[in-house]
Amino acid sequence: MTNVSVTVNGQSREADVEPRTLLVYFLRETLGLTGTNVGCDTSTCGSCTVLVDGESVKSCTMLAAQADGRDVTTIEAMAHGDTMHPIQDAFHRNHGLQCGYCTPGMVMAAASYLQENPTPTEEDVREALEGNLCRCTGYQNIVKSILDAAGSMSGAPETTRA
Amino acid sequence: MIPAAFEYARAESIDHAIELLGGADDAKILAGGHSLLPLMKTRLAQPSLLVDISRIGDLSYVREDGDMVAIGALTRHHDVANSELLQQVAPIVADTASRIGDPQVRHVGTIGGSIAHADPAGDMGTVMVALGAQFAISAAAGATRTVAAGDFFQGLFQADLAANEVLTEIRVPKTSGGWSYLKFNRRAIDWAMVGVAAVQQNGSAAVALTNMGETPLRAAGVEEALAGGADPATASARADEGAAPPSDAFGSAEYRREVSKVLVRRALEETLG
Repeated sequence: MTNVSVTVNGQSREADVEPRTLLVYFLRETLGLTGTNVGCDTSTCGSCTVLVDGESVKSCTMLAAQADGRDVTTIEAMAHGDTMHPIQDAFHRNHGLQCGYCTPGMVMAAASYLQENPTPTEEDVREALEGNLCRCTGYQNIVKSILDAAGSMSGAPETTRA
Repeated sequence: MIPAAFEYARAESIDHAIELLGGADDAKILAGGHSLLPLMKTRLAQPSLLVDISRIGDLSYVREDGDMVAIGALTRHHDVANSELLQQVAPIVADTASRIGDPQVRHVGTIGGSIAHADPAGDMGTVMVALGAQFAISAAAGATRTVAAGDFFQGLFQADLAANEVLTEIRVPKTSGGWSYLKFNRRAIDWAMVGVAAVQQNGSAAVALTNMGETPLRAAGVEEALAGGADPATASARADEGAAPPSDAFGSAEYRREVSKVLVRRALEETLG
């Protein structure tokens, strides 16, 4: 067993786990945070995307031990009470989801990307989502949602962006 | 999918990593783990010990070193891609890093891990071979050695790197001429079905191929044709000389040979145009 101490959504969490425990199973099974989904389990689909030290990571391809001492943010931390995060709100308003399975990963990938580039073009957003698959083929509205969120997060009207 | 059970040890320094690697015959180094963990999940790799080198503090950097640029082995693809120094003096390295995997992969995967993994479908090894990069390797008892990229890749997932050695630094020459790295794949996140790196340096052009054999390959026929004054269209007809491309679900060997000729022509037009 190896001791893992991770700050998850602002709270310090510690557990003894088998070294082979993947971060996504640490989050889902050890901590009970089931908002992060396992999709392909082969680091392809991006459903399991979480933030590690603020950057998007596929949690099915990282050991819990690799996250030891780091700061992990999951979809559960995005809303504040009943108030959705601007990205969640944009997905809601723009019909950015159908079945919803990929959505936690899409939201977390978007959160990471918008930190890096707060004023993306549509092409930028499409490239930024290359690691996230949606099988409802909802990309149009996902891209629209993220552009909308970028606008509301930067406070600029959408039409002023390149 | 869960990997088979293994022991996990975290190295505090390069020497400590080398010492820990001696603890098991089949120990593997864990850097970002984005090549290794998928293999372990599918049980294609079952090391009994993982030595995590990711916390060794001073192996993530990009800095000038005379007419070379030195890149720490633990520098993540994301940081290689965003290095202003590399963008200016070795742009093919930064550009290629920006197109490995996807953003999530680039946030964790490292340049050293990618190179040491020696996957012939990997992009960065091909760029290293085209550039004539040098790799610094640390071994037991403080020993170090340097290997040229062209000698490092020995076979399928086989590199000139002993089980108790650590790749510590990648040194690439500064380039001032044209360059191109092109890859052909079906989906953005797929490995290259075929890739081509071309670099213009000191009046000649170096060309290397991804996934056209068991290692990254120099396209010697193309280079020879260019040296003899051939134009890109003519030289590219020799792209697959000496290559032994695989056949798999993504394409037959014959198809890859054709794709390599088209990509080499395009890469040369970008590089020499």
